[in-house]
Amino acid sequence: MDNVQLLISGLANGCVYGLIALGFVLIYKATEAVNFAQGDFMMLGAFVTIGLTNTEYMGLPFWMALPISIGIMAGLGYLLDRLVIRRMFGQSQTAVVILTIALGFVIRFVAGLIWGHEPQTLQNPLAGREIAFGGLVLGMEDVAVIVVTVLLTGSLFLFFSRTKLGLAMQGASQNQLAAYYMGIPVKRVQGFIWALAGAVAAIAGILFAAKGSVDPSTGLLGIKAFAAAVIGGFGSLPGALAGGLIVGVIEPFASRYIAAGYSQIAPYALLLAVLVFRPHGLFSQVRVKKV
Amino acid sequence: MRIVFKTDYMQDIRPWKDRYQLSLYLILLAVVFAAPWVLDVFYLGELTNVLIWAIAGMGLMVLTGHTGQASLGHAAFLAFGCYSNVILLEAGVPFILAFPLAGVITGIIGALVAIPALRLHGIYLAIFTLAMSILVDDIIVLTEPWSGGVSGKYIAGIDLFGLTIDRWGTPMLFYWLVLAVTVIVTLGYINLLRSPLGRSFIAVRDSEVSAQAMGVDIARTKTISFGLSCMVTGWAGAFMGLFAGAFNNETFSVVISIELLMMIVIGGLGSIHGAFFGAIIIGFLPQFLSIAKEYVGAVFGGSTVAIPGLEFGIFGMILIAFILFEPMGIYGRWLKIRTFFELFPFYRKDMFKRQKSYLKTERLR
Amino acid sequence: MSLLEIENVTLKFGGLTAVDNLSFSVEEGEVFAIVGPNGAGKSTVFNLISRFYDPYAGSIRFDGHNLLEVKPSGVAAYGVARTFQNIELFEHATVLQNLLVGRHRHRRTNLFSEILFTPSARRQELENREKVEEVIDFLDLQAYRDKMIAGLPYGVRKVVEVARALATDPKLLLLDEPASGLSVEETTDMRWWIDDIRRQMGITVLMVEHDMGLVSGVSDRVLAMADGAKLALGTPAEVQSHPAVIEAYLGKAS
Repeated sequence: MDNVQLLISGLANGCVYGLIALGFVLIYKATEAVNFAQGDFMMLGAFVTIGLTNTEYMGLPFWMALPISIGIMAGLGYLLDRLVIRRMFGQSQTAVVILTIALGFVIRFVAGLIWGHEPQTLQNPLAGREIAFGGLVLGMEDVAVIVVTVLLTGSLFLFFSRTKLGLAMQGASQNQLAAYYMGIPVKRVQGFIWALAGAVAAIAGILFAAKGSVDPSTGLLGIKAFAAAVIGGFGSLPGALAGGLIVGVIEPFASRYIAAGYSQIAPYALLLAVLVFRPHGLFSQVRVKKV
Repeated sequence: MRIVFKTDYMQDIRPWKDRYQLSLYLILLAVVFAAPWVLDVFYLGELTNVLIWAIAGMGLMVLTGHTGQASLGHAAFLAFGCYSNVILLEAGVPFILAFPLAGVITGIIGALVAIPALRLHGIYLAIFTLAMSILVDDIIVLTEPWSGGVSGKYIAGIDLFGLTIDRWGTPMLFYWLVLAVTVIVTLGYINLLRSPLGRSFIAVRDSEVSAQAMGVDIARTKTISFGLSCMVTGWAGAFMGLFAGAFNNETFSVVISIELLMMIVIGGLGSIHGAFFGAIIIGFLPQFLSIAKEYVGAVFGGSTVAIPGLEFGIFGMILIAFILFEPMGIYGRWLKIRTFFELFPFYRKDMFKRQKSYLKTERLR
Repeated sequence: MSLLEIENVTLKFGGLTAVDNLSFSVEEGEVFAIVGPNGAGKSTVFNLISRFYDPYAGSIRFDGHNLLEVKPSGVAAYGVARTFQNIELFEHATVLQNLLVGRHRHRRTNLFSEILFTPSARRQELENREKVEEVIDFLDLQAYRDKMIAGLPYGVRKVVEVARALATDPKLLLLDEPASGLSVEETTDMRWWIDDIRRQMGITVLMVEHDMGLVSGVSDRVLAMADGAKLALGTPAEVQSHPAVIEAYLGKAS
């Protein structure tokens, strides 16, 4: 029973990693860029929601604040693409990586200025409620996290593999110029994807802040989520979730069964192992370039 | 307007184009050498710090700027260099041996790391090195008997040629020591770039397929690049340890790795100048900000509270501005300004313009 | 013995047979052209010779060496140089640096002598530079010597690629569509250059080309391919009038 409890809380954590990883993969799939600031987006999403709902700030009702903060983050994602990323058209992947790392610094700085550096928790209707389930006691937040994540990943996966727009987005990433000639509005597609990634980050942030507390340095969680995305194979949405879950589960088990310090090491050791033996993640898409 | 007429192949092989350029660099060297007699102790320390960062920057520049392998984990090699230097010194090895050895050991570790990293490209290499950098913190804690773990290690002065060199006791000597190593590394770097090996680095960076077709062994070239890069970074790390005097597992964190990479991007990727320009920015930004804060406080009244994360926030904004408006970094801007004066009044705005390229998938390699 | 011997080479990508039991040989001193519709496997043959792909079956021998035993970087060491269909130059380096990379296979110095820049490294640099200058003179690239590749027009890049291949001092030069994307004048220049490369420099040329004017103008023998297999082999005139070739290009007469 103890292990099951550990597993569930690991899964709930993993879902948050998975959602951030999802943001990475979304942007990568559609624009071939890597947004290293995705973790900071998540943190910002959490703070925006806290700023809207918590009584010491605006004190809006929780269910009203949700769509507003998701909308704000989507807008920020879109603006970011519009004002910054779009100018990077044609520059190397590494340049975009460095740019978004810098962006992460800026977001953390701004969040620190607005909301301070103290850890804060999102006041939400699920807080403290529990469900008993055949001897298991689960926090409502954990259950909500898992359900929301599975639903979101599933619908995004269907969107990309079944709808015309989703396929067009994949096309846009493979060859921007060719996609443009095929009549795909590459720029609009990119803007939409960044907005979507912003919205997903907001959801991840809300879930994270409901479960625990956030402070500006929470954004660094993005690094772990990025590791998760790579473990799952960059470029596959279910893979991102799987990677997130693996990382989430491996952490509590490593600290339980090896030693306390190992919960930090385990995800990265796993990442190194995956990269050494399967250089492009578990579900690789890389083939040899034609000359 | 200044025109360099070329009449001899040696003009392209020599590191300087003509006597005018050579004399400029000699004057610069003389000024830097004489700095301790002019500057007070605080600024001398800052200048030493800039030089150390410049060495680290050159280390990373070899790998990222010239071989095109982005590393987000070079703080790990700073740590290796720092710890091996101090451990050797503690074992009684004289500094004149311990210091070079620290670099060589770090270089060998770097070359070993390169072996699994050879198959990785772009972001995968970046995350690989990033993970390595994160793990180094834990490795230092786990190897407590040698590394001192969380409580860390201390190093006071070192003895070299009968002189005691200490960052606090004899800052001038320490500065000259760092300066000497900086000059040696820079000269070696210049030599590398004008020889076949340096060109093969550039070849690997720009097109692996055609580098292979020209007879460049990709795996070997990358391994050598990793080794050289980590060796130089190791030396910088050894100096950082001596400069700080005390260090532990958190001294060489991931943030330092990221800072180092950002530094060379701001300075200008693919040029030795870039490492120095970047080091100047990173070295003097905190001073500049504290002066600016005092000034703002004086004008608008009172507020001299520390703003956490300010330095990184500003640093991030500078970097974003550079990537967007001057991807070639400070060095690129400097080249444009220099060309403007050299060609005056014939400079055209589109002189450095590149052909627009569209991003094609990097999944196919 | 021929300079390049390709025997019964087959290459499969998954279920697709890209090269199907292909055999041909290139004699020393000739210009040999491979023609065929898109997707016929012409560039794949080049990539097989460059060792970017491992053949599924068959043998490739060059100048008495078994090429299948060496790494991709070892092919150049035997004296095979090539250009690429979609120009693969070192973009952020000057024309001179690009050509000097071509001299890489003649490197005699090692890491230490280069970092110290010993007199032998200096001598080697001077020698390399002289060789490169010969190529620059030959292909009229003087004006572009210190220019970055990134700013050069397409036609010049095409020539720089040929120059870089020549700088390696090859026995066999592989040209992958040397005239694609060039203007009529530039194509004419290319034709004379290929002729001179063979006559003055004594380098054997193997090329893939679509421009039949260029092919029939310079080549001694032509191999026509379709779907990875050999259709016809002979003089340009023979191949052009070969019924199978006409069918592959124009479709079956009904």
